[in-house]
Amino acid sequence: MDHAVHVAELRKTFDVPEREAGLRASAKSLIRRRTTEVKAVDAISFDIAPGEVVGFLGPNGAGKTTTLKMLSGLLYPTDGDATVLGHVPSKRERDFLRRITLVMGNRNQLQWDLPALDSYELNRAIYRIPREDFVPTRDELIELLDVEDIVRKPVRQLSLGERMKVEIIGSLLHRPQVLFLDEPTIGLDVTMQKRIRSFVADYNQRHGATVLLTSHYMADVEALCQRVIVIHHGRILFDGRLAELASTFTAHKTIEVALENGAADLSAYGEITYRDGDVVTLRVPKVETARVTARLLAEQEVLDLNVEDPPIEDVIELVFAQERPE
Amino acid sequence: MSVQPTAIELPAELRESGRLRSLVALYLATMRMAIQEQFQYRAANYFYMLGMVAEPVIYLVVWTTIAEQQGGSVQGLSAGYFAAYYIVWTLVRNMNIVFGAPYWEHRIREGELNKDLLRPVLPLHYDIAYFAGWKFVVILFWIPLAVGLSLVFDPTLDPRAFEIVVFAVAIWGAYLLRTMLQESLGMLCFWTTRGAAIFDLYMTTELLLSGRLVPLPLMPDWVQDIAQFLPFQYAFFFPIESLVGDLSNAELLRGLAAQILWILIGLAIFRFLWRRAIKRYSAVGG
Repeated sequence: MDHAVHVAELRKTFDVPEREAGLRASAKSLIRRRTTEVKAVDAISFDIAPGEVVGFLGPNGAGKTTTLKMLSGLLYPTDGDATVLGHVPSKRERDFLRRITLVMGNRNQLQWDLPALDSYELNRAIYRIPREDFVPTRDELIELLDVEDIVRKPVRQLSLGERMKVEIIGSLLHRPQVLFLDEPTIGLDVTMQKRIRSFVADYNQRHGATVLLTSHYMADVEALCQRVIVIHHGRILFDGRLAELASTFTAHKTIEVALENGAADLSAYGEITYRDGDVVTLRVPKVETARVTARLLAEQEVLDLNVEDPPIEDVIELVFAQERPE
Repeated sequence: MSVQPTAIELPAELRESGRLRSLVALYLATMRMAIQEQFQYRAANYFYMLGMVAEPVIYLVVWTTIAEQQGGSVQGLSAGYFAAYYIVWTLVRNMNIVFGAPYWEHRIREGELNKDLLRPVLPLHYDIAYFAGWKFVVILFWIPLAVGLSLVFDPTLDPRAFEIVVFAVAIWGAYLLRTMLQESLGMLCFWTTRGAAIFDLYMTTELLLSGRLVPLPLMPDWVQDIAQFLPFQYAFFFPIESLVGDLSNAELLRGLAAQILWILIGLAIFRFLWRRAIKRYSAVGG
């Protein structure tokens, strides 16, 4: 198998009822309902190799979750092809469902009133896992996420972070080979986010699992994904290495310079975006970076100088605000 | 921390237990879980059972009063028969509570179906097993209620051993039959977001033609004729009558056969609709 995930010209459209506000419009809609076709996913194509961890980025409503739902067999595509581990997801074959998982950060999949351990037993039966495989897998996951005590409490009494950890264990008991993670760290504090991140990385390395991850936290993406796919208005704007994202979408670089004389006016060199005492951050056109750097070194008393791409958050914000430049 | 794509070779698949053994394990695990959950809410369950008793007690008081005013019976059915009918009714009614059609609306609108669809098992299995587990709790709670009602209303109940056996099977047949009907009806929710009007029509029809409102022999002949060709009475009147009435062995077996037939028809309808419904699912919410 060349690809764990193969997507070609995949589309999903929804017919959404639409009407003006008010009683009159409401009465009119009784006779003639107007619908609008919304293209949630518009002919996207990409492949993911086995074992790869890919970040799937986009603003709200970009089509990320719809794509994940199509790839996990929840939604029928309107058009196009998708295969995951050689299976067509929309057929929802048992062998396919046993080899994937979809974790949604804001949804609860375990029994609310019972300890997670009881729900794990149910998952064992649902996924038909022999006990001699189930017990070591469950115990390994519990140990990795450090939840020995938590799994014995009713799920409804757990904090959001604790619940997310036990949810993740429940989703991985059948050792899926492809993980679709939709905002797995949403609403969690920084420590818990790091824990989940390192766990996903560890699972990927231990089991060679393929991961497609959506997150609004760039720290998740930077920590886990070398490759990102950026989707906006249902279309793919970028598919490549995370490091290339900045060079593709920004025409600027950031020069951070520490000066002997902090009072010097550097506005002639570029746009000053930040100043903290003797340290000044400049935004300069990419093509002029070398020339401006040389001038700074020649004309100012420079203690330290760094040339960097803009922070990834700024790049993403820029990507979401614009279509890909031709 | 940065993660390199690891080996191209996929991890070895987790082994799978035998299919039938696993299905039995799924049912047992789900039933066990349902029992555990319901025991957590034992007080709520008791109040629920008490509330459920109100309906048959009203019917019982009305028919007993009519029977006494008419010299002890109504169309040959004695006050003792009515008492037995409505006390057994309470159990059969509880066995008839299944994953109802209106809950499909909730399941779809709230996105709860997502988690069910991710599992490599038809949600129908889970629904059957979960509610079957609940039934064991219901039966346990029903026993003292039935004893109390019997002390007050003095039922005439003298079943043969074969009738008891048929009754024990028929209440589970009723459970499966009503499950199939309700689950099939629930499929409408994939086509309309407001199925309440249709569900109400169904419930009214069922109320009249099942024996829930009154024992079927008290209904006009034409109603009984219609009821013969519909499944409702096999989920309600037949299980009660198998214990309370005076059916021959052949009639009892014919009743069980009719239950099986309607269960299979219901299952076929459900599967036909499910295959089409799932393509329309828009997986709203998480």
